Amino acid sequence: MTDGPTGGIAGISRREFMARAGATAALIGGSVAGGISLWQRKHFVPGFQEERGLQLPSFALAQDKALPSMAIAHGTDHDSTIRAAIGALGGMGRFIQKGDVVMIKPNVAFDRPPALTATTHPDALRAVARLVREAGASKILVADNPINSPAGCFLKSGLRDVANELNLDLLYPEAGRFSPLELDGEILRHWTFFHEPFKRATKVIGVAPCKDHNLCHASMTMKNWYGLLGGRRNQFHQHIHSIVSDFALMMKPTLVVLDGMNVLMKNGPTGGRLSDVKRVGTVVAGTDMVAVDSYGYSNLMGRDLAELTYIHKAHDRGLGNKNWKDANFKETHA
Amino acid sequence: MKIRNARRISQGFFFTLFLFFAVVSDLRYMKGYPISLFLELDPLVAVATAITTHSVYKGLLWSLVLLVPTLLLGRIFCNWICPYGTLHQITGWLFGKGRAEERERIEANRYRSIYQVKYLILIGMIAAAFFGSLQIGLLDPICLFHRSMTTAILPGLNLAFPSTFYVRQYFHVGAWVIGFLLLALVAMNIVIPRFFCRVLCPLGAFLGATSKFSLWRIDRDPHKCIDCDLCLKNCEGASDPHTQLRKSECFVCFNCIEDCPTDAISFKLLPDLQREISAPAVPARRAVVGGLLGAAFFGFGRASGASDRNYEKKVIRPPGSVEEKEFLERCIKCDQCIRVCPTNVLQPSFLEAGLEGIWTPILNMKLGYCELNCTLCGQACPTGAIQRITIEEKTGVGAAAEQGPVRLGTAFYDHGRCLPWSMETPCVVCEEVCPTSPKAIYSREVTITRRDGKPITLRRPYVDPSLCIGCGICEHECPVTDEAAIRVTAIGETRSRDRRLLMDGGNTGAVRDLSRRER
Repeated sequence: MTDGPTGGIAGISRREFMARAGATAALIGGSVAGGISLWQRKHFVPGFQEERGLQLPSFALAQDKALPSMAIAHGTDHDSTIRAAIGALGGMGRFIQKGDVVMIKPNVAFDRPPALTATTHPDALRAVARLVREAGASKILVADNPINSPAGCFLKSGLRDVANELNLDLLYPEAGRFSPLELDGEILRHWTFFHEPFKRATKVIGVAPCKDHNLCHASMTMKNWYGLLGGRRNQFHQHIHSIVSDFALMMKPTLVVLDGMNVLMKNGPTGGRLSDVKRVGTVVAGTDMVAVDSYGYSNLMGRDLAELTYIHKAHDRGLGNKNWKDANFKETHA
Repeated sequence: MKIRNARRISQGFFFTLFLFFAVVSDLRYMKGYPISLFLELDPLVAVATAITTHSVYKGLLWSLVLLVPTLLLGRIFCNWICPYGTLHQITGWLFGKGRAEERERIEANRYRSIYQVKYLILIGMIAAAFFGSLQIGLLDPICLFHRSMTTAILPGLNLAFPSTFYVRQYFHVGAWVIGFLLLALVAMNIVIPRFFCRVLCPLGAFLGATSKFSLWRIDRDPHKCIDCDLCLKNCEGASDPHTQLRKSECFVCFNCIEDCPTDAISFKLLPDLQREISAPAVPARRAVVGGLLGAAFFGFGRASGASDRNYEKKVIRPPGSVEEKEFLERCIKCDQCIRVCPTNVLQPSFLEAGLEGIWTPILNMKLGYCELNCTLCGQACPTGAIQRITIEEKTGVGAAAEQGPVRLGTAFYDHGRCLPWSMETPCVVCEEVCPTSPKAIYSREVTITRRDGKPITLRRPYVDPSLCIGCGICEHECPVTDEAAIRVTAIGETRSRDRRLLMDGGNTGAVRDLSRRER
């Protein structure tokens, strides 16, 4: 190597030497450190990675044996009948305190008008939301992950109008609002879950219509939680009764309301003709979904509870009591 | 020994080593050779996959072995190691300007502004990588050369000389595209010497950008220089050693040092940077355009939906493949998996997996099937697009029994084409070859009345989706060979939660009877 007049290391200043050699050394050091810190040493088996997910807290209140756990109200319109049912339970103040953030879960699965009873009736949502507001809730959230297009479902079902009217926070099932859920269910163990409303909610109320279902016989308050899940839900039909009973494990609501003012008696869960709907005029509210659904199936739909496998699964697993007559219940008229 | 000869020996060694690995990537010769060594040395592979996956997969850490000397010496890879560069150097010398008259060679080796295209390509590919679309493999020289060898050159040569590379002839869908692309790139050496290396190579661009920091550099002493331009005569990189050296273009071939009649050029530690152009000459606006094109490639490619809900049923990935979007983050289209596959089932896709998935591996059951006790593709994959799973994990036995086997897809019957189902003819070859135990294909005996009135008893086959692993041997062996009566489609693959078929992943013991458990 020949050194010219300005060549060689001697030809550059100490400062430049430090800067240039330092930059190179830093890059070498950075590359080695970066490579080693990012190094994936071990393989994994795609699809079989260990899954972790959130565990949902219970929103249920401590049991109060003195107060009824279930109320059955008969009446002619949603508002007064729902008020009567909640009143029989001791009023909304029993469940909702001042400052609570309340998530109301309607069933908005389909893009259908209210009269077809495939979705939660807007009058039912309005009645429950008003009671919650009167009890002092600071915020009311409404969310569902429908089967049909979400915007169409909330519009056609009339629930969007109620949300606007009463200033409820309507949460659409946007992709970023789901997180993985972990559950020790019979079949449901890891699934993507509509988590967003539950990040804020302190109380949860399910408001479900009472509907015939082609596969699992009936969709009531337990089946309503189906709308909180995302992903490939069409697989649920492979083990529908296990899944529905798992919902009773997944969600411990503060209160459920089964709207039996009108009942979809056939061609469920979608219905489609007014002749599929029967006027019954009853609302059931309670803290035990299994008891409420048992009443709904045998008394509102008038069917044999023995065939409703998911109720028996949930009962046998200790997730509720299918013998609603054993519960502390109250029957009233609006 | 002249340094030029040392370089030639190095090039010859690595070129031979590359060919050696390509030839011995065959079940017959396998002895644990590091067949993916060149891909693992390739820092562009390591850096681009680190961008997409935030990890450096297993052997990719070897890229530091190349990155560090580049940071010290410059692009020595390009003219001392790269087998694809050697191919272009040799072919350029044979058919191009390599043996032309001295003046013409000097002119052919001057820097041209078109050489900045490779930086735009690199910027575009890195931009796409930041979005999660790994496209460096389209033009990375090692990936490109491996792919060309695997899918076009070796099978093509084997047609001319049967049984040299394969026991049974291999076929690769779309081999002609890959083969002609290689020929076209080689032919461009006639127009511009080392056209690929100077104009297109994203690895060269990456190493060129890295060279900015290298400590040893070519230095010209202007007091000794007589401006004869002879240093350009054999300049491989067209890096202008006769004036201000373009360090990012310099292949460190040392030809200029040996060609200089006055010893004005030397390779020096920390020379004066005033006498060179250290960084790639890419105007900022063009760099932005390159980045935008890369982003557009991602956006338009991903918006086509091929990796999402509109996925193609034919995109059946090799066993151990990661979920499709992550697959696009990891697969470098080197097609090493295709090379080592012992049944020829692995094929380079064209547009089946979308624009982003060009030349990524998919299974074609017409040409082969997935061998039950084989995980070679995962062993060969340098980036973990196909994870290095074990036989136990693939087949779901031993410690992996609870999670069950790795499924590639699910087989479905096409009753209209099936002999026992619609042609009164006994068959069930599919059941015979089904490799799982118990078999995923079972049959039921039926007695039917034939067209001529006589009864015939035959077995009609069914698929048990909880047992089917989608290996495709049923489809491969089906006597209805043009379009088999049983065909595997991608649904049911375990790597993707969204593409599973059965709620419980097909694990028959999955539904737990919790009511019997103690509470």
